[in-house]
Amino acid sequence: MELMNDVFTAKAIFIGIVFAITLGIAAYSTYFERKIAAFMQDRIGPDRAGPFGILQPLADAVKMFMKEDFIPANSNKWLFIAGPCLSMLTALMTSAVVPFGDTVTVAGVTFDLQGIDVNIGILWVFGIVSLGVYGILVGGWASNNKYSLLGAIRAASQNISYELAMGMSIIAILMLSGSLSTKAIVETQQAGHWNILQQPIGFVIFLICAFAECNRTPFDLPECETELIGGYHTEYSSMKLGFYLFAEYINMFISGAVMATLFFGGYDYPGYSFVAAQLGSNAAAFIGMGALIGKALLFVFVFMWVRWTLPRFRYDQLMGLGWTGLIPLSMFNVVVTGFGILIDQPILAGLGGIVILFVGLFVNDALSRKKKIA
Amino acid sequence: MKLSNKTKVLEQGEMTLAERMYLPAIVGGMATTLKHFFSKPVTIRYPEQQRYLGPIYRGHHILKKDEQGAERCTACGLCAVACPAEAISMVAEERKKGEENLYREEKYAKVYEINMLRCIFCGLCEEACPKEAIFLRHDKMVPVFSTRDEVIYGKDKLVENMDQRYLRDGWK
Repeated sequence: MELMNDVFTAKAIFIGIVFAITLGIAAYSTYFERKIAAFMQDRIGPDRAGPFGILQPLADAVKMFMKEDFIPANSNKWLFIAGPCLSMLTALMTSAVVPFGDTVTVAGVTFDLQGIDVNIGILWVFGIVSLGVYGILVGGWASNNKYSLLGAIRAASQNISYELAMGMSIIAILMLSGSLSTKAIVETQQAGHWNILQQPIGFVIFLICAFAECNRTPFDLPECETELIGGYHTEYSSMKLGFYLFAEYINMFISGAVMATLFFGGYDYPGYSFVAAQLGSNAAAFIGMGALIGKALLFVFVFMWVRWTLPRFRYDQLMGLGWTGLIPLSMFNVVVTGFGILIDQPILAGLGGIVILFVGLFVNDALSRKKKIA
Repeated sequence: MKLSNKTKVLEQGEMTLAERMYLPAIVGGMATTLKHFFSKPVTIRYPEQQRYLGPIYRGHHILKKDEQGAERCTACGLCAVACPAEAISMVAEERKKGEENLYREEKYAKVYEINMLRCIFCGLCEEACPKEAIFLRHDKMVPVFSTRDEVIYGKDKLVENMDQRYLRDGWK
Protein backbone atom coordinates (compact mmCIF):
# COMPACT_ATOMS: atom_id res chain seq x y z
CA MET A 1 0.00 0.00 0.00
CA GLU A 2 1.73 3.06 -1.29
CA LEU A 3 -0.50 5.56 0.53
CA MET A 4 0.02 3.95 3.91
CA ASN A 5 3.77 4.13 3.40
CA ASP A 6 3.61 7.82 2.56
CA VAL A 7 1.52 8.58 5.61
CA PHE A 8 3.84 6.44 7.68
CA THR A 9 6.89 8.36 6.46
CA ALA A 10 5.23 11.70 7.00
CA LYS A 11 4.18 10.72 10.52
CA ALA A 12 7.66 9.43 11.27
CA ILE A 13 9.19 12.73 10.16
CA PHE A 14 6.61 14.67 12.16
CA ILE A 15 7.24 12.60 15.27
CA GLY A 16 10.95 13.19 14.82
CA ILE A 17 10.33 16.93 14.63
CA VAL A 18 8.14 16.88 17.75
CA PHE A 19 10.84 14.87 19.49
CA ALA A 20 13.49 17.40 18.52
CA ILE A 21 11.31 20.35 19.55
CA THR A 22 10.54 18.73 22.90
CA LEU A 23 14.18 18.00 23.64
CA GLY A 24 15.30 21.42 22.49
CA ILE A 25 12.70 23.16 24.60
CA ALA A 26 13.61 21.00 27.58
CA ALA A 27 17.29 21.87 27.16
CA TYR A 28 16.58 25.56 26.89
CA SER A 29 14.13 25.40 29.80
CA THR A 30 17.14 24.87 32.05
CA TYR A 31 18.65 28.06 30.69
CA PHE A 32 15.42 30.03 30.96
CA GLU A 33 14.77 28.67 34.42
CA ARG A 34 18.04 30.19 35.56
CA LYS A 35 17.44 33.40 33.63
CA ILE A 36 13.92 33.83 35.01
CA ALA A 37 15.13 33.06 38.51
CA ALA A 38 17.83 35.68 38.06
CA PHE A 39 15.46 38.33 36.73
CA MET A 40 13.01 37.74 39.55
CA GLN A 41 15.84 38.19 42.03
CA ASP A 42 17.16 41.33 40.30
CA ARG A 43 20.18 39.49 38.95
CA ILE A 44 21.43 38.84 35.41
CA GLY A 45 21.86 35.08 35.44
CA PRO A 46 24.13 33.00 33.20
CA ASP A 47 25.74 35.32 30.63
CA ARG A 48 29.25 33.95 30.07
CA ALA A 49 28.73 31.13 27.55
CA GLY A 50 28.05 32.90 24.29
CA PRO A 51 25.96 36.07 23.90
CA PHE A 52 23.53 36.35 26.84
CA GLY A 53 24.77 32.91 27.94
CA ILE A 54 22.78 31.30 25.14
CA LEU A 55 25.23 28.37 24.94
CA GLN A 56 24.81 27.53 28.62
CA PRO A 57 22.74 24.35 27.99
CA LEU A 58 25.55 23.04 25.77
CA ALA A 59 28.09 23.74 28.48
CA ASP A 60 25.84 22.02 31.03
CA ALA A 61 25.44 19.01 28.77
CA VAL A 62 29.20 18.75 28.30
CA LYS A 63 29.65 18.98 32.05
CA MET A 64 27.04 16.27 32.63
CA PHE A 65 28.68 13.91 30.14
CA MET A 66 32.18 14.51 31.49
CA LYS A 67 31.29 13.71 35.10
CA GLU A 68 32.05 10.34 36.58
CA ASP A 69 29.12 7.98 36.09
CA PHE A 70 28.97 6.54 39.58
CA ILE A 71 26.95 3.50 40.57
CA PRO A 72 26.89 2.80 44.33
CA ALA A 73 28.33 -0.59 45.33
CA ASN A 74 25.24 -1.74 47.22
CA SER A 75 22.69 -0.53 44.73
CA ASN A 76 20.62 -2.74 42.50
CA LYS A 77 22.62 -2.05 39.39
CA TRP A 78 20.08 -2.79 36.67
CA LEU A 79 17.24 -0.98 38.35
CA PHE A 80 19.59 1.90 39.11
CA ILE A 81 20.20 2.26 35.38
CA ALA A 82 16.56 1.59 34.50
CA GLY A 83 15.24 4.40 36.72
CA PRO A 84 16.33 7.43 34.69
CA CYS A 85 15.62 5.56 31.43
CA LEU A 86 12.03 4.96 32.53
CA SER A 87 11.63 8.59 33.55
CA MET A 88 12.89 9.81 30.20
CA LEU A 89 10.88 7.25 28.23
CA THR A 90 7.57 8.07 29.88
CA ALA A 91 8.23 11.80 29.66
CA LEU A 92 8.76 11.55 25.91
CA MET A 93 5.87 9.15 25.25
CA THR A 94 3.19 11.53 26.47
CA SER A 95 3.54 13.87 23.51
CA ALA A 96 2.32 11.16 21.13
CA VAL A 97 -1.34 12.04 21.55
CA VAL A 98 -1.06 15.82 21.85
CA PRO A 99 -2.64 17.30 18.72
CA PHE A 100 -0.09 19.86 17.58
CA GLY A 101 -2.09 21.00 14.61
CA ASP A 102 -4.90 20.34 12.17
CA THR A 103 -4.68 18.26 9.01
CA VAL A 104 -2.02 19.35 6.52
CA THR A 105 -1.13 18.24 3.00
CA VAL A 106 2.60 18.18 2.35
CA ALA A 107 4.01 16.74 -0.89
CA GLY A 108 0.69 15.14 -1.72
CA VAL A 109 0.37 13.38 1.64
CA THR A 110 -2.48 14.38 3.93
CA PHE A 111 -1.96 13.76 7.61
CA ASP A 112 -2.76 15.18 11.04
CA LEU A 113 -0.12 17.13 12.96
CA GLN A 114 -0.46 14.64 15.77
CA GLY A 115 1.59 11.58 16.66
CA ILE A 116 -1.37 9.25 16.88
CA ASP A 117 -5.07 10.00 17.19
CA VAL A 118 -6.34 7.22 19.43
CA ASN A 119 -9.86 7.27 20.82
CA ILE A 120 -8.48 6.97 24.35
CA GLY A 121 -6.14 9.96 23.93
CA ILE A 122 -6.47 11.56 27.32
CA LEU A 123 -6.42 8.17 29.06
CA TRP A 124 -3.11 7.52 27.33
CA VAL A 125 -1.74 10.73 28.84
CA PHE A 126 -2.93 9.66 32.26
CA GLY A 127 -1.58 6.15 31.90
CA ILE A 128 1.86 7.35 30.87
CA VAL A 129 1.97 10.05 33.54
CA SER A 130 1.13 7.38 36.13
CA LEU A 131 3.89 5.20 34.77
CA GLY A 132 6.25 8.15 35.07
CA VAL A 133 6.33 7.72 38.83
CA TYR A 134 7.92 4.29 38.30
CA GLY A 135 11.08 5.94 37.02
CA ILE A 136 11.39 7.87 40.26
CA LEU A 137 10.32 4.99 42.45
CA VAL A 138 12.63 2.45 40.80
CA GLY A 139 15.57 4.86 40.88
CA GLY A 140 14.96 5.80 44.49
CA TRP A 141 14.58 2.22 45.61
CA ALA A 142 17.56 0.90 43.65
CA SER A 143 19.86 3.53 45.18
CA ASN A 144 19.77 1.64 48.48
CA ASN A 145 19.76 4.92 50.34
CA LYS A 146 17.14 5.91 52.87
CA TYR A 147 16.89 9.47 51.61
CA SER A 148 16.42 8.30 48.04
CA LEU A 149 13.77 5.86 49.16
CA LEU A 150 11.94 8.51 51.17
CA GLY A 151 11.99 10.82 48.17
CA ALA A 152 10.67 8.07 45.95
CA ILE A 153 7.89 7.19 48.40
CA ARG A 154 6.92 10.83 48.60
CA ALA A 155 6.82 11.10 44.82
CA ALA A 156 4.66 8.00 44.53
CA SER A 157 2.11 8.96 47.17
CA GLN A 158 1.97 12.54 45.95
CA ASN A 159 1.36 11.52 42.35
CA ILE A 160 -1.33 9.04 43.32
CA SER A 161 -3.10 11.60 45.51
CA TYR A 162 -3.13 14.33 42.91
CA GLU A 163 -4.06 12.06 40.01
CA LEU A 164 -7.49 11.62 41.60
CA ALA A 165 -8.32 15.32 41.57
CA MET A 166 -6.74 15.65 38.14
CA GLY A 167 -8.89 12.83 36.80
CA MET A 168 -12.02 14.38 38.27
CA SER A 169 -11.26 17.72 36.62
CA ILE A 170 -10.78 15.88 33.31
CA ILE A 171 -14.15 14.18 33.71
CA ALA A 172 -15.82 17.58 33.54
CA ILE A 173 -13.99 18.22 30.26
CA LEU A 174 -15.06 14.85 28.94
CA MET A 175 -18.69 15.63 29.81
CA LEU A 176 -18.45 18.69 27.57
CA SER A 177 -16.59 17.09 24.66
CA GLY A 178 -18.19 13.66 24.85
CA SER A 179 -14.98 12.01 23.70
CA LEU A 180 -11.68 10.84 25.14
CA SER A 181 -9.82 11.66 21.94
CA THR A 182 -7.62 14.72 22.36
CA LYS A 183 -8.31 15.67 18.75
CA ALA A 184 -12.07 15.66 19.39
CA ILE A 185 -11.58 17.71 22.58
CA VAL A 186 -9.66 20.32 20.61
CA GLU A 187 -12.21 20.33 17.79
CA THR A 188 -15.07 21.11 20.16
CA GLN A 189 -13.11 24.19 21.28
CA GLN A 190 -12.49 25.70 17.84
CA ALA A 191 -13.29 29.34 17.01
CA GLY A 192 -12.76 30.69 20.50
CA HIS A 193 -15.03 28.32 22.47
CA TRP A 194 -12.19 27.46 24.78
CA ASN A 195 -12.89 25.21 27.73
CA ILE A 196 -11.36 27.68 30.16
CA LEU A 197 -14.52 29.79 29.79
CA GLN A 198 -16.69 26.88 30.84
CA GLN A 199 -14.28 25.25 33.27
CA PRO A 200 -12.51 27.91 35.35
CA ILE A 201 -12.58 25.78 38.51
CA GLY A 202 -11.50 22.71 36.57
CA PHE A 203 -8.56 24.60 35.14
CA VAL A 204 -7.35 25.78 38.55
CA ILE A 205 -7.59 22.22 39.87
CA PHE A 206 -5.77 20.84 36.84
CA LEU A 207 -3.04 23.47 37.10
CA ILE A 208 -2.39 22.74 40.78
CA CYS A 209 -2.37 19.00 40.08
CA ALA A 210 0.02 19.51 37.17
CA PHE A 211 2.44 21.21 39.55
CA ALA A 212 2.21 18.23 41.86
CA GLU A 213 2.53 15.69 39.04
CA CYS A 214 5.66 17.35 37.68
CA ASN A 215 7.18 17.48 41.18
CA ARG A 216 7.61 21.23 40.81
CA THR A 217 7.68 23.82 43.56
CA PRO A 218 5.62 24.29 45.73
CA PHE A 219 5.14 20.50 45.61
CA ASP A 220 8.75 19.45 45.01
CA LEU A 221 8.94 17.38 48.17
CA PRO A 222 10.47 14.32 46.46
CA GLU A 223 13.67 16.30 45.91
CA CYS A 224 13.43 18.48 48.98
CA GLU A 225 17.05 19.39 49.72
CA THR A 226 16.46 20.60 53.25
CA GLU A 227 15.06 17.27 54.35
CA LEU A 228 16.25 14.64 51.90
CA ILE A 229 19.61 15.84 50.53
CA GLY A 230 18.69 15.37 46.87
CA GLY A 231 15.63 13.18 47.28
CA TYR A 232 15.24 10.31 44.84
CA HIS A 233 18.30 11.37 42.81
CA THR A 234 20.69 11.69 45.77
CA GLU A 235 22.91 8.86 44.50
CA TYR A 236 22.76 9.81 40.85
CA SER A 237 25.49 11.56 38.96
CA SER A 238 26.50 12.37 35.42
CA MET A 239 23.98 11.93 32.63
CA LYS A 240 21.72 9.68 34.72
CA LEU A 241 21.05 12.68 36.94
CA GLY A 242 20.82 14.72 33.76
CA PHE A 243 18.07 12.39 32.49
CA TYR A 244 16.04 12.87 35.67
CA LEU A 245 16.33 16.64 35.48
CA PHE A 246 15.68 16.58 31.75
CA ALA A 247 12.59 14.42 32.22
CA GLU A 248 11.23 17.00 34.66
CA TYR A 249 11.57 19.76 32.09
CA ILE A 250 10.03 17.63 29.35
CA ASN A 251 7.14 16.86 31.69
CA MET A 252 6.70 20.58 32.28
CA PHE A 253 6.49 21.30 28.57
CA ILE A 254 4.18 18.37 27.88
CA SER A 255 1.86 19.21 30.76
CA GLY A 256 1.78 22.77 29.42
CA ALA A 257 0.81 21.37 26.02
CA VAL A 258 -1.86 19.14 27.59
CA MET A 259 -3.29 22.08 29.53
CA ALA A 260 -3.38 24.12 26.33
CA THR A 261 -5.10 21.22 24.59
CA LEU A 262 -7.70 20.66 27.27
CA PHE A 263 -8.46 24.22 28.36
CA PHE A 264 -7.04 26.71 25.87
CA GLY A 265 -8.30 25.43 22.54
CA GLY A 266 -5.18 23.46 21.55
CA TYR A 267 -3.95 24.75 18.21
CA ASP A 268 -6.80 27.24 17.94
CA TYR A 269 -5.93 30.92 17.82
CA PRO A 270 -7.89 34.10 17.11
CA GLY A 271 -8.36 34.54 13.38
CA TYR A 272 -7.73 30.88 12.48
CA SER A 273 -10.37 30.77 9.77
CA PHE A 274 -9.21 34.14 8.39
CA VAL A 275 -5.63 32.84 8.06
CA ALA A 276 -6.91 29.62 6.55
CA ALA A 277 -8.85 31.59 3.94
CA GLN A 278 -5.95 33.90 3.12
CA LEU A 279 -2.90 31.61 3.23
CA GLY A 280 -4.42 28.17 2.89
CA SER A 281 -5.17 25.52 5.46
CA ASN A 282 -1.56 24.25 5.54
CA ALA A 283 -0.18 27.57 6.72
CA ALA A 284 -3.02 27.96 9.20
CA ALA A 285 -2.29 24.51 10.62
CA PHE A 286 1.43 25.20 10.98
CA ILE A 287 0.74 28.55 12.65
CA GLY A 288 -1.63 26.61 14.90
CA MET A 289 1.22 24.30 15.83
CA GLY A 290 3.23 27.40 16.73
CA ALA A 291 0.28 28.69 18.75
CA LEU A 292 0.06 25.45 20.73
CA ILE A 293 3.78 25.47 21.44
CA GLY A 294 3.51 29.13 22.43
CA LYS A 295 0.71 28.34 24.86
CA ALA A 296 2.71 25.45 26.28
CA LEU A 297 5.74 27.72 26.73
CA LEU A 298 3.53 30.24 28.50
CA PHE A 299 2.64 27.51 30.97
CA VAL A 300 6.31 26.63 31.33
CA PHE A 301 6.88 30.26 32.27
CA VAL A 302 4.06 30.05 34.82
CA PHE A 303 5.69 26.92 36.26
CA MET A 304 8.96 28.81 36.67
CA TRP A 305 7.26 31.93 37.91
CA VAL A 306 5.55 29.97 40.67
CA ARG A 307 8.76 28.15 41.49
CA TRP A 308 10.58 31.41 42.18
CA THR A 309 7.67 32.84 44.16
CA LEU A 310 6.42 30.16 46.50
CA PRO A 311 8.18 28.21 49.21
CA ARG A 312 7.72 24.47 49.52
CA PHE A 313 4.64 23.05 51.22
CA ARG A 314 4.92 20.83 54.26
CA TYR A 315 4.08 17.22 53.46
CA ASP A 316 0.91 17.13 55.55
CA GLN A 317 -0.21 20.39 53.93
CA LEU A 318 0.36 18.81 50.54
CA MET A 319 -1.70 15.77 51.40
CA GLY A 320 -4.37 17.88 53.08
CA LEU A 321 -4.71 20.12 50.05
CA GLY A 322 -4.93 17.14 47.71
CA TRP A 323 -7.41 14.98 49.63
CA THR A 324 -9.57 17.46 51.51
CA GLY A 325 -9.27 20.45 49.20
CA LEU A 326 -8.98 19.52 45.57
CA ILE A 327 -10.91 16.25 45.40
CA PRO A 328 -14.16 17.69 46.91
CA LEU A 329 -13.67 20.77 44.75
CA SER A 330 -13.32 18.68 41.61
CA MET A 331 -16.45 16.70 42.54
CA PHE A 332 -18.28 19.99 42.95
CA ASN A 333 -16.99 21.01 39.55
CA VAL A 334 -18.36 17.84 37.96
CA VAL A 335 -21.79 18.55 39.47
CA VAL A 336 -21.70 22.17 38.26
CA THR A 337 -20.70 21.05 34.77
CA GLY A 338 -23.51 18.50 34.72
CA PHE A 339 -25.97 21.18 35.71
CA GLY A 340 -24.57 23.44 32.99
CA ILE A 341 -25.11 20.74 30.36
CA LEU A 342 -28.64 20.17 31.72
CA ILE A 343 -29.66 23.81 31.32
CA ASP A 344 -27.49 24.12 28.16
CA GLN A 345 -25.57 27.12 29.56
CA PRO A 346 -22.11 25.80 30.45
CA ILE A 347 -20.43 29.22 30.70
CA LEU A 348 -23.17 30.58 32.96
CA ALA A 349 -22.98 27.42 35.06
CA GLY A 350 -19.21 27.81 35.38
CA LEU A 351 -19.56 31.36 36.65
CA GLY A 352 -22.46 30.37 38.88
CA GLY A 353 -20.35 27.56 40.26
CA ILE A 354 -17.65 30.00 41.32
CA VAL A 355 -20.22 32.29 42.94
CA ILE A 356 -21.89 29.42 44.78
CA LEU A 357 -18.48 28.14 45.89
CA PHE A 358 -17.44 31.47 47.33
CA VAL A 359 -20.80 32.13 48.96
CA GLY A 360 -20.74 28.65 50.43
CA LEU A 361 -17.22 29.08 51.78
CA PHE A 362 -18.09 32.48 53.20
CA VAL A 363 -21.26 31.25 54.90
CA ASN A 364 -19.47 28.23 56.27
CA ASP A 365 -16.69 30.46 57.57
CA ALA A 366 -19.13 32.88 59.19
CA LEU A 367 -21.05 30.05 60.85
CA SER A 368 -17.98 28.28 62.18
CA ARG A 369 -16.64 31.57 63.51
CA LYS A 370 -19.79 32.29 65.50
CA LYS A 371 -19.61 28.91 67.15
CA LYS A 372 -16.11 29.57 68.42
CA ILE A 373 -17.04 32.88 70.02
CA ALA A 374 -20.12 31.43 71.72
CA MET B 1 8.33 44.86 85.19
CA LYS B 2 9.36 45.81 81.72
CA LEU B 3 12.51 47.83 81.29
CA SER B 4 11.17 49.71 78.33
CA ASN B 5 7.83 50.04 76.66
CA LYS B 6 9.24 49.00 73.32
CA THR B 7 8.08 45.38 73.47
CA LYS B 8 4.99 44.65 71.49
CA VAL B 9 2.98 41.54 72.09
CA LEU B 10 1.81 40.15 68.78
CA GLU B 11 -1.38 38.22 68.85
CA GLN B 12 -1.96 36.00 65.89
CA GLY B 13 -5.64 35.45 65.57
CA GLU B 14 -7.33 32.72 63.62
CA MET B 15 -6.65 32.98 59.90
CA THR B 16 -9.41 34.54 57.87
CA LEU B 17 -11.07 32.74 55.01
CA ALA B 18 -8.95 34.51 52.41
CA GLU B 19 -5.78 33.60 54.27
CA ARG B 20 -6.78 29.97 54.58
CA MET B 21 -7.46 29.73 50.86
CA TYR B 22 -3.82 30.70 50.07
CA LEU B 23 -4.78 31.87 46.58
CA PRO B 24 -4.97 35.65 47.26
CA ALA B 25 -1.57 35.52 48.96
CA ILE B 26 -0.14 33.46 46.10
CA VAL B 27 -1.41 35.94 43.52
CA GLY B 28 0.07 38.79 45.56
CA GLY B 29 3.41 37.03 45.77
CA MET B 30 3.43 36.35 42.06
CA ALA B 31 2.70 40.03 41.39
CA THR B 32 5.73 40.92 43.50
CA THR B 33 8.03 38.56 41.62
CA LEU B 34 6.68 39.78 38.28
CA LYS B 35 7.42 43.35 39.32
CA HIS B 36 11.01 42.35 40.04
CA PHE B 37 11.13 40.43 36.76
CA PHE B 38 10.88 43.73 34.91
CA SER B 39 13.05 45.80 37.24
CA LYS B 40 16.68 46.57 36.54
CA PRO B 41 19.23 44.02 37.78
CA VAL B 42 21.63 45.27 40.42
CA THR B 43 24.47 42.99 39.31
CA ILE B 44 27.93 44.45 38.70
CA ARG B 45 29.81 42.21 36.23
CA TYR B 46 32.93 42.29 38.35
CA PRO B 47 36.06 41.85 36.29
CA GLU B 48 34.70 44.11 33.53
CA GLN B 49 32.77 46.55 35.69
CA GLN B 50 34.21 47.77 38.94
CA ARG B 51 32.52 49.67 41.66
CA TYR B 52 34.26 52.74 43.15
CA LEU B 53 35.31 51.62 46.58
CA GLY B 54 35.95 55.03 48.14
CA PRO B 55 39.09 57.15 48.66
CA ILE B 56 40.29 55.21 51.68
CA TYR B 57 40.09 51.69 50.33
CA ARG B 58 43.21 49.75 51.31
CA GLY B 59 44.51 47.94 48.26
CA HIS B 60 47.87 47.46 46.60
CA HIS B 61 50.89 48.91 48.45
CA ILE B 62 52.94 51.66 46.88
CA LEU B 63 56.28 53.23 47.87
CA LYS B 64 55.86 56.89 47.00
CA LYS B 65 58.53 59.09 45.44
CA ASP B 66 58.72 62.82 45.97
CA GLU B 67 58.18 65.46 43.29
CA GLN B 68 61.79 65.16 42.08
CA GLY B 69 61.43 61.42 41.66
CA ALA B 70 63.51 60.44 44.70
CA GLU B 71 62.30 57.61 46.93
CA ARG B 72 60.94 58.83 50.23
CA CYS B 73 61.57 55.63 52.18
CA THR B 74 64.46 55.80 54.59
CA ALA B 75 64.32 52.20 55.79
CA CYS B 76 63.58 53.16 59.37
CA GLY B 77 61.65 49.92 59.83
CA LEU B 78 58.69 51.46 61.64
CA CYS B 79 56.30 49.91 59.13
CA ALA B 80 57.81 46.48 59.75
CA VAL B 81 57.46 47.00 63.50
CA ALA B 82 53.90 48.20 63.14
CA CYS B 83 52.89 45.35 60.88
CA PRO B 84 50.77 42.91 62.93
CA ALA B 85 51.20 40.18 60.36
CA GLU B 86 54.98 40.62 60.06
CA ALA B 87 54.67 40.84 56.33
CA ILE B 88 57.26 43.55 55.73
CA SER B 89 61.00 43.06 55.66
CA MET B 90 63.75 45.34 54.40
CA VAL B 91 67.50 45.78 54.06
CA ALA B 92 68.87 49.30 54.62
CA GLU B 93 71.77 50.83 52.70
CA GLU B 94 73.67 54.10 52.92
CA ARG B 95 73.19 56.53 50.08
CA LYS B 96 76.31 56.91 47.93
CA LYS B 97 77.52 60.17 46.38
CA GLY B 98 75.67 60.90 43.17
CA GLU B 99 72.51 59.07 44.24
CA GLU B 100 70.81 62.17 45.69
CA ASN B 101 68.31 62.25 42.86
CA LEU B 102 67.35 58.64 43.56
CA TYR B 103 66.87 58.68 47.32
CA ARG B 104 65.71 61.63 49.38
CA GLU B 105 67.29 60.67 52.70
CA GLU B 106 70.83 59.55 53.46
CA LYS B 107 69.68 56.03 54.12
CA TYR B 108 67.40 54.03 51.87
CA ALA B 109 65.88 50.57 51.51
CA LYS B 110 67.99 48.47 49.20
CA VAL B 111 65.47 45.64 49.53
CA TYR B 112 61.88 46.20 50.52
CA GLU B 113 59.63 43.17 50.47
CA ILE B 114 56.01 42.59 51.39
CA ASN B 115 54.70 39.07 51.67
CA MET B 116 51.22 39.38 50.22
CA LEU B 117 50.11 36.08 51.74
CA ARG B 118 50.82 37.49 55.19
CA CYS B 119 49.58 41.02 54.62
CA ILE B 120 46.12 41.65 56.05
CA PHE B 121 45.73 45.10 54.46
CA CYS B 122 45.17 46.77 57.81
CA GLY B 123 47.03 49.95 56.79
CA LEU B 124 49.07 50.21 59.99
CA CYS B 125 52.29 50.55 57.92
CA GLU B 126 50.77 53.59 56.26
CA GLU B 127 49.95 55.09 59.65
CA ALA B 128 53.36 54.29 61.10
CA CYS B 129 55.42 55.75 58.25
CA PRO B 130 57.03 59.07 59.32
CA LYS B 131 58.21 59.85 55.78
CA GLU B 132 54.86 59.39 54.00
CA ALA B 133 56.50 56.76 51.88
CA ILE B 134 54.22 53.76 52.01
CA PHE B 135 50.54 53.88 51.12
CA LEU B 136 47.83 51.41 50.28
CA ARG B 137 46.28 52.49 47.02
CA HIS B 138 42.53 52.88 46.82
CA ASP B 139 42.32 52.23 43.09
CA LYS B 140 44.20 48.98 42.60
CA MET B 141 44.05 45.59 44.23
CA VAL B 142 46.73 42.97 44.64
CA PRO B 143 46.08 40.50 41.84
CA VAL B 144 45.33 36.86 42.51
CA PHE B 145 48.42 34.67 42.55
CA SER B 146 48.60 31.03 41.66
CA THR B 147 52.12 30.06 42.78
CA ARG B 148 54.13 30.91 45.88
CA ASP B 149 56.92 32.57 43.88
CA GLU B 150 54.57 35.41 43.04
CA VAL B 151 53.67 36.06 46.65
CA ILE B 152 56.59 38.24 47.76
CA TYR B 153 56.44 41.70 46.21
CA GLY B 154 59.79 43.46 45.93
CA LYS B 155 60.64 47.04 45.09
CA ASP B 156 60.12 46.36 41.39
CA LYS B 157 56.40 46.02 42.05
CA LEU B 158 56.05 48.47 44.90
CA VAL B 159 57.92 51.67 43.95
CA GLU B 160 55.84 54.36 42.34
CA ASN B 161 56.12 54.84 38.59
CA MET B 162 56.73 58.53 37.87
CA ASP B 163 54.77 58.33 34.62
CA GLN B 164 51.64 57.17 36.44
CA ARG B 165 51.82 58.85 39.78
CA TYR B 166 49.39 57.73 42.44
CA LEU B 167 47.03 60.45 43.63
CA ARG B 168 44.44 59.92 46.26
CA ASP B 169 41.24 61.99 46.40
CA GLY B 170 41.96 65.13 48.43
CA TRP B 171 45.65 65.21 47.61
CA LYS B 172 47.07 68.00 45.52
